[in-house]
Amino acid sequence: MRELELYIHIPFCMRKCNYCDFLSAPADEKSQSAYVEALKKEIKFYGKELKAGELSTIYIGGGTPSWLQEHYMASIMETVHKFFSIKKDAEITIECNPGTLTRAKLNSYKDFGINRLSLGLQSADDEELKVLGRVHTFQQFLRNYELARECGYDNINIDLMYALPRQNTEKFYHTLTKTAGLKPEHISAYALMIEKGTPFYEKYKFDAVRQEAGFQPEVLPHEDVVYQIGKMTEDVLKEAGYERYEISNYAKKGFVCRHNIGYWQREEYLGVGLGAASLIGGNLRYNNLRDLDTYILKADNIKECLFIDEKTEKKLPAVTLHEKAEELKRNAQMEEFMFLGLRMIQGIERSRFYQSFGFTVDNIYSRVIARLEAEELLQQNPERVWLTEKGLDLSNYALAQFLLD
Amino acid sequence: MDQSKIRNFCIIAHIDHGKSTLADRIIEHTGLLTSREMQAQVLDNMDLERERGITIKSQAVRIIYKAKDGEEYVFNLIDTPGHVDFNYEVSRSLAACDGAILVVDAAQGVEAQTLANVYLALDHDLDVMPVINKIDLPSAQPEAVIEEIENVIGIEAEDAPRISAKTGLNIDEVLEQIVTKIPAPTGDASAPLQALIFDAVYDAYKGVIVFCRIMEGTVKVGDSICMMATGARDDVVEVGYFGAGQFIPCEELSAGMVGYIAAGIKNVGDTRVGDTVTHADKPCKEPLPGYKKVNPMVYCGMYPADSAKYPDLRDALEKLQINDASLQYEPETSLALGFGFRCGFLGLLHLEIIQERLEREFNLDLVTTAPGVIYKVHKTNGDVMDLTNPSNLPDPSEIDFMEEPMVSAEIMVTSEYVGAIMKLCQERRGIYISMEYIEETRALIKYDLPLNEIIYDFFDALKSRSRGYASFDYELKGYVRSELVKLDILINKETVDALSFIVFKDSAYDRGRKMCEKLKGEIPRHLFEIPIQAAVGGKVIARETVKAMRKDVLAKCYGGDISRKRKLLEKQKEGKKRMRQVGNVEIPQEAFMSVLKLDED
Repeated sequence: MRELELYIHIPFCMRKCNYCDFLSAPADEKSQSAYVEALKKEIKFYGKELKAGELSTIYIGGGTPSWLQEHYMASIMETVHKFFSIKKDAEITIECNPGTLTRAKLNSYKDFGINRLSLGLQSADDEELKVLGRVHTFQQFLRNYELARECGYDNINIDLMYALPRQNTEKFYHTLTKTAGLKPEHISAYALMIEKGTPFYEKYKFDAVRQEAGFQPEVLPHEDVVYQIGKMTEDVLKEAGYERYEISNYAKKGFVCRHNIGYWQREEYLGVGLGAASLIGGNLRYNNLRDLDTYILKADNIKECLFIDEKTEKKLPAVTLHEKAEELKRNAQMEEFMFLGLRMIQGIERSRFYQSFGFTVDNIYSRVIARLEAEELLQQNPERVWLTEKGLDLSNYALAQFLLD
Repeated sequence: MDQSKIRNFCIIAHIDHGKSTLADRIIEHTGLLTSREMQAQVLDNMDLERERGITIKSQAVRIIYKAKDGEEYVFNLIDTPGHVDFNYEVSRSLAACDGAILVVDAAQGVEAQTLANVYLALDHDLDVMPVINKIDLPSAQPEAVIEEIENVIGIEAEDAPRISAKTGLNIDEVLEQIVTKIPAPTGDASAPLQALIFDAVYDAYKGVIVFCRIMEGTVKVGDSICMMATGARDDVVEVGYFGAGQFIPCEELSAGMVGYIAAGIKNVGDTRVGDTVTHADKPCKEPLPGYKKVNPMVYCGMYPADSAKYPDLRDALEKLQINDASLQYEPETSLALGFGFRCGFLGLLHLEIIQERLEREFNLDLVTTAPGVIYKVHKTNGDVMDLTNPSNLPDPSEIDFMEEPMVSAEIMVTSEYVGAIMKLCQERRGIYISMEYIEETRALIKYDLPLNEIIYDFFDALKSRSRGYASFDYELKGYVRSELVKLDILINKETVDALSFIVFKDSAYDRGRKMCEKLKGEIPRHLFEIPIQAAVGGKVIARETVKAMRKDVLAKCYGGDISRKRKLLEKQKEGKKRMRQVGNVEIPQEAFMSVLKLDED
């Protein structure tokens, strides 16, 4: 039976963090309720359309999905169960912000099969949390974490963020050891990006340019410090028994995030909710509408339609909730295979490339691979191709080489 | 046509005093175009001209005006370029006229170019008719300005029309005075043909179209004509005059008239502005005076960003040269930039305009090297060479001494900024000549300046140090002996020929240091460390380092939306395409141009 990943987007949060450029905003009770109804219509629509599909993973992301009252989440999950078949061993994750969890919520999630929590801690330092604009303290996080364990969750991820304003290696070392000491099954450690349209951008845009150019920034840590924090993170987490399996992701044995690996390996995934992205059949990418009111309005009468591809002017099958549809040519698919797959530490499997495209990796990329190998950014053997540690550090440079002319 | 009913004139003014706006009003008031049909500034019809608000090429238009005396007059309005770079073209346009309207801003009064232009007009025996513009401005002082014109320039201005070209106020008065104050042309329609070329354009079907003023004689379709300076001969296929933005064919052009001649001339080099057209079988005795081959003052290398476009660049330069004889070019090669051309220009504005036209009209992406002037290199063996490309500088052991071009500069400025302007001129190695007060509050300062000190950003510096009040004019004076050295830039230990330039010895350290700093900001980080060095005669005088890139990661991916990630990688790859490979270092094309803007203040 066809396997499929499902992503459900909840575009609400209690308060937007200073660095966040995700599709998310605070909303009143009325919008929440209207959105949940619309979302359920979309889920129902696809459930009927894709009867044959079986869900291997579900990921409820946001925003802050745990901020929704539990009856909303319950009705969303009820709809999923009703219209989709879900594999027995499916990984079902919900993103939670510390301070928004209650025993009732955690129990309710459990009832609907949610078996993995992703907790956004970001930092164990209350000063840093304040700068980030987070709504919780480290103590609040600890209480939520313990509560989750009490409720029986045995697969928990903790999100961390480094390269924060005024951060040094030592400060992040404390966050890291406090986090690892809790023994979560999975840890993500992302470097802070200063994104346009955020309060951080207005505050730090010039500093970010200095940082990028290798000069001494005023408030953001120097590039050398960021580099050292990254190395330290790898060492500390390795020592604590975590394996790095992707550029920013670390897991205890058997606890990698299967949903995210699906993105890197170009598995089929269906995204529902505001702005959600889908990859269908390996060659069709879709994006949902990004305006909340339009989304809610159009969900009332969701149906199939045709989209004109911007580049090829070809008509593509789509749905009235889509804002963009794109058909990937074989070249684009091969590019994605490489630049997504090489984010994983073990790299890409040559045999999968051949099965997908009928060419060997070397047919297409022998020159790029030779060059990157000479630059010590990449290694290969008869089974796989992967980035070296240096290649992972310079992944933008290395991955860009895999774009075809 | 009755000569007494023709008026050939131009409009002269200091930049921004409203020359083009007045031209628009005159055209509008005579009914050639309704104001609805008019785009602002009809005569400036190159996109570039309209955007920059300046006139680059000469343009002409024919207008019919019904005067108060009940008669219909033909006005030929010839627009002239307004920038010092184009002095020769101005002089040819003036030679095609019988009179000039002098526009003076009622608030600003007489400026450096006002004077320069009036003297040029008087040199050509034109009757100058002053007009006071912008009297609608709150700061307008028309009476004071009239007095100034009479005192400073020495021409009668009491009954000068006080107008606002912007609002159209008193334009009628200007039109009437054109009839009464500007003389009708003279010339004998039956004499041998003598026609002055004041501009030319290239048309894919008709070949070269020359714009000319018929001084003597008559020309018509079928005549066999000859260009006196170049000797080119051809049969006339069409003659006509200028409508607004279009050519209107007619039967013949006779003495006193302004119009165009198309003779199927394909070779652009055959027609030169300033040349005289005559009949091949019945030539006039001598050409009209004043023709000269204009010589460029500023040189730079121009290279196609995509080396496959080299033939396109060659064709484009050839087409541009047709109505811009002052543009010169010859092929050259650079280790860093490949095949390109060393191009000569009248000045930096001219250079920028050609560059923009090549990019816009011909869709070319260009890399331009630092502009330089022509140095004279006196070799120990007695030879003297003109050096336009720093890479060709002989070995120092072969050089006896070098000379650089000097200009005489006239700067007009209000008295409070005299000190600041003098300081600027001293910094640029200027030699003080004189200063006179034209009025109580305004001075005319004269300096001799090395040309290579003013081709970069002198004009900008002048404006900023005088809050925009200084005006500037210059002309080439001659060559003087000078201590000059070649400054080389080494990137990752390799000399980049396209970045070398000639500099005054005592300025070398300062310039070298600034170049290195600037390049450090322009060259992207590589996987290895890149030293950037400035050297004179093999000796390093400044150094910067582009540190190796250590971290370049896009960490997050949003719910499976990979479009941002792809965009970022594409941008990275696209950036690479716009780079030039020198050794194993990739240098962005912008770096070659950006080193010119060294912020010397």
